[in-house]
Amino acid sequence: MLDTTLTWAGVSPAVGEIFLAFAICLVLLVDVFAGPRNRVTPTLTLLSLVVCAALLVSVGSVGVRTELFNGLYVADPVSWVLKLAALLFVAVTLVYSRGYMDARGTSRGEYYVLALTALLGIFVLASANSLLTVYIGVELLALSVYAMVAFDRDNGIAAEAAMKYFVLGAIASGVLLYGMSIVYGITGTLALDDLATRLVSPTPGAVLGLAFIVVAVAFKLGAVPFHMWLPDVYEGAPSNVTLFIATAPKIAYFALALRLLAHGLSGVSGEWTAMLAPLAVLTLILGNVVAIAQTSLKRMLAYSAIGNVGFILLGFVTGTAAGYGASLYYTLVYVLATLGAFGVMLLLTQKGFEADKLDDYKGLYSRDPLLALVMMAMMFSTAGVPPFVGFWAKLSILQQLWATGHVWLVIIGALVSVIGAFYYLRIVKLMYFDAPAVGKPLPEWQPGVRLAVGVNGLAVLLLGVLPAPLLSLCSQLLH
Amino acid sequence: MQFGLLSVLIWLPIAAGILVLLLGERNIRAGRWVALVAALATFAISILAYTGFRTGTADFQFVERMAWIPSLHATYYLGLDGITLPLVLLTTFMTIPVVIAAWTVIEQRPAQYYAAFLVMEGLMIGVFSAMDSLLFYFFWEAMLIPMFLIIGIWGGPRRVYATIKFFLYTFLGSVLMLAALIYMYVQAGDYSIAAFQRLPLTLMEQRWIFLAFLLAFAVKVPMWPVHTWLPDAHVEAPTGGSVILAAIMLKMGGYGFLRFSLPITPDASHELVWLVVGMSLIAVVYIGFVAMVQADMKKLIAYSSIAHMGFVTLGSFMIYSIVANTGSLKGAVLGVDGAMVQMISHGLVSGALFLCVGVLYDRLHSREISTYGGVVNVMPKFAALMVFFCMANAGLPGTSGFVGEFMVIIAAFKASFWYSFFAALTLILGAAYTLWMVKRVVFGPVANAKVASLTDMNGRESLVLGVLAVAVLLLGLYPAPLLNIMEASVHHLVTQAVHSKLPL
Repeated sequence: MLDTTLTWAGVSPAVGEIFLAFAICLVLLVDVFAGPRNRVTPTLTLLSLVVCAALLVSVGSVGVRTELFNGLYVADPVSWVLKLAALLFVAVTLVYSRGYMDARGTSRGEYYVLALTALLGIFVLASANSLLTVYIGVELLALSVYAMVAFDRDNGIAAEAAMKYFVLGAIASGVLLYGMSIVYGITGTLALDDLATRLVSPTPGAVLGLAFIVVAVAFKLGAVPFHMWLPDVYEGAPSNVTLFIATAPKIAYFALALRLLAHGLSGVSGEWTAMLAPLAVLTLILGNVVAIAQTSLKRMLAYSAIGNVGFILLGFVTGTAAGYGASLYYTLVYVLATLGAFGVMLLLTQKGFEADKLDDYKGLYSRDPLLALVMMAMMFSTAGVPPFVGFWAKLSILQQLWATGHVWLVIIGALVSVIGAFYYLRIVKLMYFDAPAVGKPLPEWQPGVRLAVGVNGLAVLLLGVLPAPLLSLCSQLLH
Repeated sequence: MQFGLLSVLIWLPIAAGILVLLLGERNIRAGRWVALVAALATFAISILAYTGFRTGTADFQFVERMAWIPSLHATYYLGLDGITLPLVLLTTFMTIPVVIAAWTVIEQRPAQYYAAFLVMEGLMIGVFSAMDSLLFYFFWEAMLIPMFLIIGIWGGPRRVYATIKFFLYTFLGSVLMLAALIYMYVQAGDYSIAAFQRLPLTLMEQRWIFLAFLLAFAVKVPMWPVHTWLPDAHVEAPTGGSVILAAIMLKMGGYGFLRFSLPITPDASHELVWLVVGMSLIAVVYIGFVAMVQADMKKLIAYSSIAHMGFVTLGSFMIYSIVANTGSLKGAVLGVDGAMVQMISHGLVSGALFLCVGVLYDRLHSREISTYGGVVNVMPKFAALMVFFCMANAGLPGTSGFVGEFMVIIAAFKASFWYSFFAALTLILGAAYTLWMVKRVVFGPVANAKVASLTDMNGRESLVLGVLAVAVLLLGLYPAPLLNIMEASVHHLVTQAVHSKLPL
């Protein structure tokens, strides 16, 4: 018997999504009337993100797991934190990219609208409790991002990247849908809760469906061997879009793996962890080794993203709630550091100078000490060196692997971080040890953005010295 | 527990370092004084720790324990015992000459230079006083960052190669140690070092943990064959970097063996003692020969450091043979005492020798032995001190260098004749390479016009080297206060190290 009555109390945990949907319409309309390259749209977008966060905090928080809309949607503390994190990351992304777009005249309203629709997709994924909702979330996010990559339509490389991303992404969506349909065929349910109780034996059909789903998740996260799109898209997309892709959607794909694999398919977790383990190892090795050979910062960060996804997958390989908690922590920490790195990059760019080559960072310290310092913090954090927060992320993952007896994965994870340290160190070397390259334009002084980047750097340090609050939050959320 | 003495020791220099950084290169005159005052204040506070230290007990003192990361059961847990107090004193003492030696010499980004050293001082004190292994690892790894920058920014021509090699080498050693620490945490449910020391472990577990520790600490000491980063790092580092590297950072490896390997994995240490003793003796003998043929003074001292640190690891690990041969702990305590004295002495002597090379380098910008000759004719004051430190390096009785080596060799006799035979070779080799260098650099006729134009030490340089000479002499003539501090803790350590963790 379907419950069709709609009461405020019944939907209040979904206030974030509801508000965002309205905000998208509003921003779109305002932008149409305000004309091209107006100053209203960005401000309005940021404002709606702030209001959305306020609503989430005041109205949308739930103490216990609450199902809405006949079980299609679930509100729980995890989704609440994921949404707040995504809000924060998107807001910071928009702040960082404003100057970049202004300088190039690409500051069109569509970017902001697409950012909001992508955020809505992230929200839907975070709260998905049915295969259908999962798919809607994935597609809403993916389609927004495809369009963003193609945003700079006169740029051939960007168009190529968008095309690649779209075609491969569509295949991955198809694969996901196919896997879901097999699972549905076996169990006769779309609800993740029912799936978890009904799909408990690894029959050949279930394993087949599972394999398709794992491939799709691996594709979305950029795990080897489904990573091919990632470096090209990172490099080809305009830098502000690369920043967007590299940050908030990682939260969404963490949620995808959490909802779909860790919850819905928990009955066959032995099977999917066995599939993820080799993927994670390949991802770790390839991402970190190939990153060494890059000469473009964006490509290097792309391979670094692949390497870090390997660690996030390792958390899932444990198949325990504590392991997923470690993955959540890793994702948040990694995204925080990536934000900072791209923030520095965007601040350094100017019209006609993309600052995306590693050589552009030569002697950055003597040109701009603050940016060099922040970049160094980001690099050491991602390399996993204390006192920066990235260390705790690696520690959490390794600890959960030990607790579940994955000796070899611990050793591989540890050794791979030494390889990874090399290319992060190289950035520090370029910035601090090399003589400044002549003829590079000095970065424009954007006080607001500089402050934001500085706070970003400070956060990476402070969360590293006092990691307790975020660590215990992540481990409690998934307990 | 409130904010105590050790926290002040750790965070005061770090805060001062950040202050110097904020003052910036433009206010470097003020920055220098801030750095000096902070270094002196830290030393003064560490003297308070010395005077307040109760000897005769192996208990940790000045203990502070606060919640840090409850979800990982890691605490902000600090304390000093007889093994760490001397190392902390060495750290706070040696930072002062580094700050003074840089006074007018460092021209490029001096504010950052001072900041890096002050931050590192705090982190090193943290390493020695941490009683929680995660806190220990936190400081241990964080220290790599300032050292990486010090070598990379202020180093010599091949500094980038040297610093990346240094970082990756030590990082590789450390991550496996981290894996071992996490493993023990999963077993013990607590990150405190004391919990690990109590944790029962099978022989197989101990072996793997021991090997992970061995890699981490052997790289840091450094022991043959993972020593190759050290000569590069030393040669390319600025004077202050070499001093800190030789005087304190190398001691962390030796300290790690004493605090982690021996008490946590006693049975594996016993079983694999041949490995460590073998590596130590190779370091003492083979590296001694390598030192002899060096043409670069800093390289020579670097290799001599490796040989001297071989004594530390030898003294720490031969306790098993001594106890097996004599049936009493007395000889073993002597060996570990010797290792500790050797660490402190080497810290003073090698630091001083690097400062001596720095004095010459600042004048002629060359570290090659062949550039010099007959320095005594133009720099008599300097020559006197340099000869003195070289004598200490060669183990001349009356200097601190003698005490440690002698104690280890005496103890080695109780372990095995061959141990002591090879260890005693160092008396010959050490004298050979050090004195030969002295002969070529200091004595003889003035070699060339450049040497003839040298001016003797200024007041700043004389002060630094003079104070170090007094310290070396004091420790050589009257080591009793140091031995007193260590006695109870070393005895406790040896008891732990020979007490098997395996069920009978």
